[in-house]
Amino acid sequence: MSYIPQGEEERARMLAALGLESVEELYAVLPEEARLGRPLRLPGPLSELELERELGGLAARNADASKAVCFLGAGAYDRWVPAVVDAIVGRGEFLTAYTPYQPEVSQGTLQSIFEYQSMICGLTGLEVANASLYDGASALGEALLMAANVTGRERFLLPSTLHPFYRDVAEAYARGPRLRLETLPEEGGRIAAGAVSQVDETVAAVVVQQPNFLGLIEDPRPLVEAAHAGGALAVLVVDPVSLGLLASPGELGADIAVGEGQPLGSHLNFGGPYLGFLAARERYVRRMPGRIAGQTRDVDGRVGYVLTLQAREQHIRRERATSNVCTNEALVALAASVYLATLGTRGLGEVARQSALKARYLAAELGRLPGVRLAFDGPFFDEFVVELPQEAEAVSEAMLDRGFLAGLPLGRFRPGWERRLLVAVTEKRSREELDGYVRALGEVLAAWASR
Amino acid sequence: MGEPLIYELGGPGHRGAELPPLDVPAPAGAEEEPLADLPAGLRRREAPLLPEVSEPEVVRHYTRLSEMNYAVDNGFYPLGSCTMKYNPKRNDALAALPGFRDLHPLAPERASQGALELMARLEAALAEITGMARFSLQPAAGAQGEFTGLSIVRAYHESRGERREKVIVPDSAHGTNPASAAMCGYQVVEVRSDARGGIDLEALEAALGPDVAALMLTNPNTLGLFDEQTLEIARRVHAAGALLYYDGANLNAILGRARPGDMGFDIVHLNLHKTFSGPHGGGGPGSGPVGVVSGLEPFLPRPLVVRDGDRYRFDWGGEGGTARPAAGGVGKVQAFWGNFAVAVRAYAYILTLGGEGLRQVAETAVLNANYLMRRLAGSFELPYDRSCMHEFVLSGERLRKETGVRVLDVAKRLLDYGFHPGTVYFPLIVEEALMIEPTETESLATLDAYAEALEAIVREAREEPEKLRQAPFTTPVRRLDEVSAARRPVLRWQPRQAGQG
Repeated sequence: MSYIPQGEEERARMLAALGLESVEELYAVLPEEARLGRPLRLPGPLSELELERELGGLAARNADASKAVCFLGAGAYDRWVPAVVDAIVGRGEFLTAYTPYQPEVSQGTLQSIFEYQSMICGLTGLEVANASLYDGASALGEALLMAANVTGRERFLLPSTLHPFYRDVAEAYARGPRLRLETLPEEGGRIAAGAVSQVDETVAAVVVQQPNFLGLIEDPRPLVEAAHAGGALAVLVVDPVSLGLLASPGELGADIAVGEGQPLGSHLNFGGPYLGFLAARERYVRRMPGRIAGQTRDVDGRVGYVLTLQAREQHIRRERATSNVCTNEALVALAASVYLATLGTRGLGEVARQSALKARYLAAELGRLPGVRLAFDGPFFDEFVVELPQEAEAVSEAMLDRGFLAGLPLGRFRPGWERRLLVAVTEKRSREELDGYVRALGEVLAAWASR
Repeated sequence: MGEPLIYELGGPGHRGAELPPLDVPAPAGAEEEPLADLPAGLRRREAPLLPEVSEPEVVRHYTRLSEMNYAVDNGFYPLGSCTMKYNPKRNDALAALPGFRDLHPLAPERASQGALELMARLEAALAEITGMARFSLQPAAGAQGEFTGLSIVRAYHESRGERREKVIVPDSAHGTNPASAAMCGYQVVEVRSDARGGIDLEALEAALGPDVAALMLTNPNTLGLFDEQTLEIARRVHAAGALLYYDGANLNAILGRARPGDMGFDIVHLNLHKTFSGPHGGGGPGSGPVGVVSGLEPFLPRPLVVRDGDRYRFDWGGEGGTARPAAGGVGKVQAFWGNFAVAVRAYAYILTLGGEGLRQVAETAVLNANYLMRRLAGSFELPYDRSCMHEFVLSGERLRKETGVRVLDVAKRLLDYGFHPGTVYFPLIVEEALMIEPTETESLATLDAYAEALEAIVREAREEPEKLRQAPFTTPVRRLDEVSAARRPVLRWQPRQAGQG
């Protein structure tokens, strides 16, 4: 069998050295009742060639972004990944290493984490960042636990403009410690101006997503001020690419920033692995969840890197740890670092600029189709909601037949939104694809209108 | 030679990648200022501080960093409880097929039938391997699996109108067990191990009561020992109305031999990156699916994949048509469906081996561990002198008493011999613990070479102990000052202030 580098002869020598007749004897400790007295009923074994056929067949049944032009977003984005990124993260020395428990032989991983933390601080305008969390939604969950820990309070204000899946995950994290999640009202797709009156001295943190689930740009400043006035923390959930153009959480006065790092050099992967990033003000560093790499020196005075501030972590504090995070998303964080280094400040700004301008172009062109209009007023980044003259689910299905992943129908999330479609545009979409989308949607709607 | 930080490479104007020119007309005035409609206070004032490097500079920098890493691809990595087995290359290639890699998680179900079928097939395989009824693939790592499992425990007891506030963990448990229990709002009760390394039944009996929600057990445990009293433990836990949770970190030892479901466990988490050979990436991505017996199925995170005739679809557990989890369960622990690319690798691994192959994996891992344990029993103490499962724990306490050399020094010296050491100082209940897990993907020659290196180090400890306390000598950096790293934390690169040089 291909992954076991031992033949009969070696096996016999090992058994002889142990004074055993067969491996069976090593399992003598298993109680009779606990033994599986039959072979596992599993498919296989398959040779590599058969495996390629089998999984290749499954993969071929999916309409991935190379087969259908992707206008889906809502937390996962079809962005361009420079070839350098896959080349680096595919190196066996990064790919097949474990968590850097022996720093002397893990400097590659440790220094890359330190650089990743530096880049996340650069993006968010905050002072400290951890080595990564599972995804944007669970990073928000961890941020809530962190804010409860910092303030000793348990009341949280979350906007209804937050991604509904983020809300679900936040609730899962809040249930154990019995944190109370309340909802900030909205007005025209954004947090209502009157929401600030909900902030008082009992609130642990106020959360704002920027841009929000509907793609719209919020003005978090009044809520951040109100939070600080009441002794609460301000938590921003941000799209990292938008930070090439939009004010950073640091500039907006946030205490904690979290977000989904998938758009930074990772593929869609049907939802994972993704990358949760978390950054904060320096004074909260000892309350932060997850691993952190720090710079230090070795006995010869050379610069080196270690995992540090481990007193917060589960292998030291056990039940009093700041979180249980152990394995995180180190390789995805490495991809983000390589991506950000490759693009640099100017490149990231250009990705953000082109995405925003292409989204505006598409929104304007769609607005010319009869019965189609933008559902909300106000500035957006690269994602927007259109109101259609037909049910968005049916439109999305018809667009798929024409080779387009048209966007996310919102009727599944709120009653009354059956005709709304959330459309995302990245820098990767060419004018030809944008014009093709407008043409296809026009044809789909015309076919309905003529029925 | 150290490698400079990427911020210290390159220079103004170095660029690693270019986008094609914008090919749509920009609205008037938006060419320079794309968000002209935005209030100035919401636009970025200071450009993000990122490196400015060219493509060759990026590639050489990260290639040099990679050369400063030890990994399974460069050698033996017997880190106990981490199951660092060989990661098959074919599985990486399959996960990178465009149909998987470039598939959007919110693509219509009609457009993702292949991915949904793969998830359903993997779920069925994991259920067969563990004896559980259903699995959620959503948790992204083992610790998130623990969190999910304990959230299920909470939801289950609450559905019965019971408030149970305690979770029992053995003193040999992984640190994540108590941390996960605390995260879920539980009070942690630790029970001691008995002289044979299993749970002390008397201590367990004393801890059990109507306020206990669950017992978390790793079996084989972190001493590398199978708890022979498992069935009795399960009976007592269930008699107290609590649930039995299985930490799957050590499942590798019993694949095809025994199943947690048959032993009375109610909830299981697996570590796909360990048992099913996903590369660990220097600390993730992992994947920590959670399985349950049939009565607990309603509490699993949603959505689950179900088969409807010849089609697969997501089942959210609630009213038809909604894309939100039904109330009363765990809800969701990830925005989407879990670490799918790791699941693809795990499924490919299972298909490659089949049921018989998985049983051989376990047998060989156990044989390798016992062989290496017996070879090293002369050089170190064996705190529990029984045959082990796929890993074992040595103690360097006698060596420390006789030579002053600690097991940490032994580990550092091993690096000079070109080997990755085992896990040191865990489990906490063994003095000077060294925990070794060779896995099934190592040859007899490698095991012998490792044993010879450790034997040579023990000789060195007696002859020149001071040298060992200085080790390692040949690694990219030598022992690092962790105390000042924590006391004066430097956690990011910062540009030098003007005049500071």
